[in-house]
Parts: sequence; C-alpha cells; structure tokens
Amino acid sequence: MSGQEAIREQGLWDRKDVHHDKIGTHTLGFWLYMLSDSMVYAALFGASVVLGHRMNAAGGPMGATVLHPLSAYWETLLLLASGLAYGLALQGLKRGRKALVLAWMTVAFLLGAGFAALSVHTLLALIARGITPERSGYLSADLALIVYHALHIGLGLVWFLVMMVQVAVFGFHPNVVYRLLNLKLFWFFQSFVWVLVFSFTYLRGVLI
Amino acid sequence: MFVHLQGSWNPIYGRLSLHEIPFKTQIIQGAFFFVVLTALAVLTAITYYKKWRYLWEEWLTSLDHKKIGVMYIVLGLVMLFRGFIDAVMIRSQQVMAIGPHSAGYLGALHGYLPPYHFDQIYSSHGTIMILFAITPILTGLMAIMVPLQIGARDLAFPYLNALTFYLTAAGAALVMVSLFVGDFSHAGWVGLIPLTELPYSPDVGTDYWMWAVQLSGIGSTLSSVNLIATIIKMRAPGMGWNEVPIFTWTALSTSVIGVTAFPVLSAALFMLAADRYLGTHFFTASFGGDLMFYTDLFWIWGHPEVYFVVLPAFGIISEVIPTFSEKALFGYTSMAVAALAIAGLSWMVWLHHFFTMGAGPGVNLFYGAATMLVGVPTGVKAFNWALTLYRGRLRFDAPMLWCLGAYALLLIGGLSGIMLAMPAVDYSVHNSAFLIAHFHSFMLLITFAAIAGYQFWFPKVFGFYLDDGAGRKAFWFFSAGTLAVFGSLYALGFMGMTRRLDYIPFVQWRPPLIAAEVGIFFYCVASYYLVRQLYVGLRDRKTRPAGADPWATTRSLEWLTWSPVPAYNYPVLPVVHGRDEWAWRREHEYVDRVPDHYFDIVMPKNTSVPLLLGALSFGLGFGLVWRIWWLCAVTIAGILLVVIIRSFDNHTEHTLSAALVAKLDGGEGGLPDAPGSVNPYPSPMPVPFFAKTGAVSRCADRVASTLREGVVAPGPLGKGARR
Repeated sequence: MSGQEAIREQGLWDRKDVHHDKIGTHTLGFWLYMLSDSMVYAALFGASVVLGHRMNAAGGPMGATVLHPLSAYWETLLLLASGLAYGLALQGLKRGRKALVLAWMTVAFLLGAGFAALSVHTLLALIARGITPERSGYLSADLALIVYHALHIGLGLVWFLVMMVQVAVFGFHPNVVYRLLNLKLFWFFQSFVWVLVFSFTYLRGVLI
Repeated sequence: MFVHLQGSWNPIYGRLSLHEIPFKTQIIQGAFFFVVLTALAVLTAITYYKKWRYLWEEWLTSLDHKKIGVMYIVLGLVMLFRGFIDAVMIRSQQVMAIGPHSAGYLGALHGYLPPYHFDQIYSSHGTIMILFAITPILTGLMAIMVPLQIGARDLAFPYLNALTFYLTAAGAALVMVSLFVGDFSHAGWVGLIPLTELPYSPDVGTDYWMWAVQLSGIGSTLSSVNLIATIIKMRAPGMGWNEVPIFTWTALSTSVIGVTAFPVLSAALFMLAADRYLGTHFFTASFGGDLMFYTDLFWIWGHPEVYFVVLPAFGIISEVIPTFSEKALFGYTSMAVAALAIAGLSWMVWLHHFFTMGAGPGVNLFYGAATMLVGVPTGVKAFNWALTLYRGRLRFDAPMLWCLGAYALLLIGGLSGIMLAMPAVDYSVHNSAFLIAHFHSFMLLITFAAIAGYQFWFPKVFGFYLDDGAGRKAFWFFSAGTLAVFGSLYALGFMGMTRRLDYIPFVQWRPPLIAAEVGIFFYCVASYYLVRQLYVGLRDRKTRPAGADPWATTRSLEWLTWSPVPAYNYPVLPVVHGRDEWAWRREHEYVDRVPDHYFDIVMPKNTSVPLLLGALSFGLGFGLVWRIWWLCAVTIAGILLVVIIRSFDNHTEHTLSAALVAKLDGGEGGLPDAPGSVNPYPSPMPVPFFAKTGAVSRCADRVASTLREGVVAPGPLGKGARR
C-alpha cells in the first residue's frame, strides 16, 4: 500500500481504538518464560549426560540400583492423568461452567498431589538407603533433575489451589482466564518434561 | 543435608559476626566513609527538599517504562563508578608493585593491596562492569525506547518490568554490601572452577558473587521475555516487520539471546550452589564431578552475553548515524538480518574462551572457524554504516562523535578478535593483556554507543538539551583515555604481560602502565565534562527546551510524540506508513502532532509490590550468603505470599477519559500546537527535583496531585518545536 492510499484508508491516527489482546500477550509471555525454563532443564539434562559415566559414579551406585522404572511408571500415569483432568476442566471453561472447572481441577490437583507424594517417597527411600546426591557426581546430576521437576510440580500444585479459589471468587474474569490457560501450558509442559526425565534417567539408567 | 562448615555458626546470625566487618583495612574504611557520607548527603537532600513522597510516588512505585528505564540507567551509572574505581585500583597496584619484594604500603606486602584483596577487586570489577553497569544501562535504554519506537503505551508487562529492575537492583545491593560485610569472590568474574568450590573458597565471597549474579540473571531473563512479547504483540497499527525501527530489531535479537542464554547461567549457578550448600559433586575435583562442565556452561551463557550487550549498542549506532548523516540507513534488511545472525552465531562460539583447555585440534578448529564467521554479519553492519555516511550531509553533534568513536573501536576490537579466533594465535596470547585490551575495545565500544544513545535520546525523554560543547570535550578526552589505556594494554600483551597480576615481574612493563595511568586521568576529565554537560543542560533547560524532534533530521517513530514524553506515550496510537515513520511524515508534511480524535486510555496503576519483592529477594540472597536459614525461609514464604496476594488484585489499571487526554494533549480546547508554546501541564517526571524552582514546581505538583490516580505525567514542553 503506498503512503497516499494508506492515508486515505487509515489516516494518521488509529481510528479503531486498538486494544492489545491481553490474554494472547500473556500466553506469549508465558511461552517465552517456558522457553527459558526449558533451557535450565536442558542444562540439567546435559549434566545427567556429561556426568552419566561410570567414572562419575565414583565407585558408588548407579543405574538400576538407584532408580527403578516401575515406580516411575505409576508416577507417569498419575501425572498424565492429572494433565487429562485439567484438560477436561478447561472444557468447562469453554462452556463457562464454573462447577465443572472446579470439579475437574480438584481431580487434577489430587492426581498431581499423588505424583508429588510418590516422588517424595522415592527420594526418601533413596536417602534411607544411603543413596544421596553427596555420594557422586552421577547421583548429583540424576537427582537434581528429579528434584527440579518435583519443585515445579510443587509450585504447580500451589498454583492449582490459588486458581481454584480465584475461579470460585472471581468467576471467569480475564485475569483468571489467562492464568488458567497459562497453568495449562505449565502443567502440560511438566508432563512433557517428565516423559523426558522418565526416558533419560529411569529407562536409560537401567541400560548403564 | 547441608554441608558441614568449619568456623562459627549460630541459628540466629548464621555465619555472620562482627569479625566479618573489615574494620582494619584502611582502603575499605575509606570506601565505607565515602559511601556512608554520600548516602547521608543524598538522604538529607531528599528530606530537606521534602521529596520523599515525590520519590515514592513518581519513581519507586511507578510502572511507567520511561521512569523504570531511567532508574535502570541511574543504577548502572552508580555501579559504573564503582567498577571504574576498581579498575583504577588494579592498574595503580601494578604501577606501584614491581617485583614481589618492592615496597608495600597500608600493610600490604607490595604495592598497597594484599593479594587476597586484589583478587576480590578484579573479580568485582568484571562482575560489576558487565552485569551491573553495562547491562542495566542498555536494558534501561531498551525499556525506554522500544515501546516508543513501536508506538506502544508501555511494555507488554509493566509490572514485570518494575520487578526485573528491582531484581537487578537487589543483585547490585548484594555486591555493594559485600564490600563492607564479609568479602567478595576472589575467583574472577567467571568463577574459575574449582576455585569457587567450598574447599578452596570457604568464605562468603563466592556466595555473594553467586547470588548477586543469580538475581540479576533472573532479572535479565524476565526483562528479555518482556521485550520480546512487547515487540511481537504491541506494535502500532501498520507496523509490519519491515517497518520495525532498527534499534528495536537489535533489542529483539538481544532479547532472544537473553531468554535463551541467561537460564543456562542460572542452571550453572544453581549447580554450583548445590555443590557449596548441599555437598553435591557437579563441578568438584573429586567424587565424579566435572570441572570443564562448569566452564562450558558458564561460557555457553558468557559468550552470548557479550552479544547481548553489543547488539543494542549496534542498534544505537544504527539510529544515530542516519540522523546525523541526514539519510536513511543503508541496507535496512541486511542490518536486521545481521543482528539476528549475530544472535544465532553467539550460540556456537563459546569454546573459544578456553582453546587452551585441551579440547583437541578438531574441536578448536570448528570453534575458531565459527568465531571468524561472526565477522561476517558484523562486517555487514560496519559496511552499512560506512555506506550510510557516504555522501551524507554529516553533522558532528556530540552523539554522532560518540558513535564514530564506537565505530573506530569496532574495527580495532573486531580485528584483534579475528586474531584471537585463531587457536594457534590464541595459544600464545591467551590470558594476556592483549586479550584484555581486545574485549575492552568491545566494552568501550558499548560504552561509547551507550553514551551516544543517552545524549541522543535525552532531549526526547526529558524535554531539554544537554550541552553539546561539553559533550564533545568529554568525547575527545574519553577517546584519548581509551587510546592511552588500551593502546598500552595491547602493547603490554605483546610484551608478555598476563592478566590478574598483583605485581609485575619486569620493570620494562612499567612505562606502558604509567601511560595507562595518564589515560585514567583523561577518563576523569571526560567524566567531569559529562557531569558538566548534564549540569549546563539542567541550568539552561528553560532557555533550551527541545522540541519533539530535537535533532530536526530524526527518522523513527519515537520522535513523533512530545518531548518530554507523556505518561501514555501517544495520545492516540499512530498509524505507521513507512519504515522511518517520522521521516515519512515530515517529507509529506503530516507534521501535526495533535490528533483530531481521542480515546480512553487504560494505564497501569502504581504499585509498591515489585519494590517489596526486590527487597525480599535481597533478604533471601543475604540469608543464603550467611546461611541464616530462618531468614531464607521467611523471605521465600514472603515472596510466595506477596505474589499470591497480588494475584487477587483485579484493579491494577485505571482509565484516563478521552476528554482528559484531549485536554492534556493540547487538542480540543487545549493548547494549539505552536512552536515554543508554554505547556501548562509540565510532567512531574522530566526535571529532576533538585533542578526545579518556584513556578514550574508548584504547577507540576498541582497537576500531579489532581491527576494522581496512578500517576499521569502528561504533556509536552515546547510542543512540536523544531530546531
């Protein structure tokens, strides 16, 4: 469009009273935050590869003696089911039904809490067996990945509680909606990372 | 769970005790009295002029991107001063200490600094200059200019903008506190591994460095998120990717680096923290740790960080040169592509920081070649600037001079960089003063460009000119200083001098070091003229108000709005018709800045939450440094609680009615757009309080108090006046 045409059509000043899309902007911002967080995960995965050799175990335990894929299998089911439940909660958001959102969020929260409980249990069992990050670089890297993921799950659970209160109090205020959508991104992202953690530390751990 | 530390610890004070305050070191005493007296003078002045309320309402709790940007820059300048003093101390120690047995003063073995103190000084010099001086100054410039350049009211997340500023400030505060309580890292700004590990650095110095860098790094990551979201989502109607001003392009490239590289630093520092606090073995020299892994992670961040700071500098040069050449920028598309290419290449060159660490010839070859590739997009930029200058009508105002200085430094630093990119050459000059001179050429390039940006955009943001003559004198002295200091260092590098020496073993190295001291003197003269430039500008601000287009040949969108910029930036969002919108409008004589219609404007309200979160983060950092666990627990709980409580506040914005905007802006019953017309609604922001006198001040206060629902800083001074 040449300048003169543009002037005729649009003028020099905005006539449509442009309002930037608040929810879209927040979603984009959250994607970018997750990009940055995935870089931290990448560095931790890098650590578990770099420190994944026998010499990094410093004569200590490694592989299947540390982590068993079967316990993590149940954790996987819980976390993915929690993601599914939250997806169903967002169906409620689509239809504008508060009760449905709250009910499915409760289910998602409980499943997530189950995952967290199993994670904590696994870690405590390891510590009870004397398998701690202080033992070797190998264990440091493996457990750091699991702990960092568990921290995300913990914060996500707090976020779930806050959002359930906000949905109950404010209904579907735009602020609540963008946070629900961001929580979806966050929660699915943690599931996705868990699949990688499962493959890298648990399944690969059995092989070495 | 926590590692066992030798030495005293108690549950209330952690490792902190009165012995940790270095009463006995005279230099630190001097610094302490200087800082305390300066702080007292500032606090007294604020109290005397009754400006606490003004400071709180107009600055500390403001979400206005221009004010936050100005605070970023002020923070950067304060830290720049501290970093400069550190540099002076490093070189003067070397001038004094020739051989290990030369005379010692102030209780030092040789020179006047004990080695442990000297090590802390070069570590803090590097950390401060890169992370707490240059980065905040450039982030501040981006925070101010990017929304103006793309025709937005603010950044995408104004609240996040304030938060990232306070996180950076909390990091800077930790560095400053380390001067007087405990000590700072002695392991270099890069955190030489395994020197930063607990067995070799049981003191709190490394912890101070680690948490200060961590806080500012998180701040930089989030501010990059903010800038990318702003540039993608908030552009004015009509502004496609082909119309985005070039500084915004570089801001985008830089932010892409910021959002991908800084998290790697965070991860590296988290692992180091785990090593130091929990006894893990990521980077330890025993139990299966990997030393080189830290070095890799650090430089995977560290090299992109160099481009993180140099790209906005390139952007500033690309804005200033066309303005003072009175031409459009040559090769806009290639400039934008080059900026993105530099951002991309920044990821594949990190290993050149440790060619000599035995990665093998194949790996070194790859990284050497990749490093030389960076010369290609950088060369594109250099040639484009040359072709912009070619047959332009050049005017040598102060900002242009500073840009040309930066240009010269780019050539010097770039060519020495190409030399260092060759592994074979690097083996003989690595860790030498030649390397120091090389990367300081780039740091000085950035400084020159940042000063150019400051002088170029100052009239836009504040509404009056800086003194041009003093700016030029500052330029010449600064250039002479740069030549003397870094010319000497290039020479010293070839003479075999390495970095981080607390005494020099050969007397032949002394003459160039004395020449460097002369250069430092020139820097001091230049600083005097920079201060004088600001002083004269403030003194004559009534007689020399800057119009909206103070340089008369400016091109991009930010020059369309008033100077000083109103709080809402644009009364109505402008429609963009061309690449250089303001130049386009000027050529087509659409120079009326008063729109014929207005809409309601929604603005964020002021909030003290970011300040509170910054303070809590500082508390957390301090608690972690001294291992005061209750303080850590309290601050973490506090941060969570504050974030959650804030999320329940749905009234964070307020609306300015269209009628009010019209009145403020001078249309529909307001003032006509006449050059030099007096503005009845001067913004409370543009003139610093100490420069305010009688009438203006009262008028500003009255307007500000009537409008203070949030804060509106309306209206221009000398509307539309063109020189």
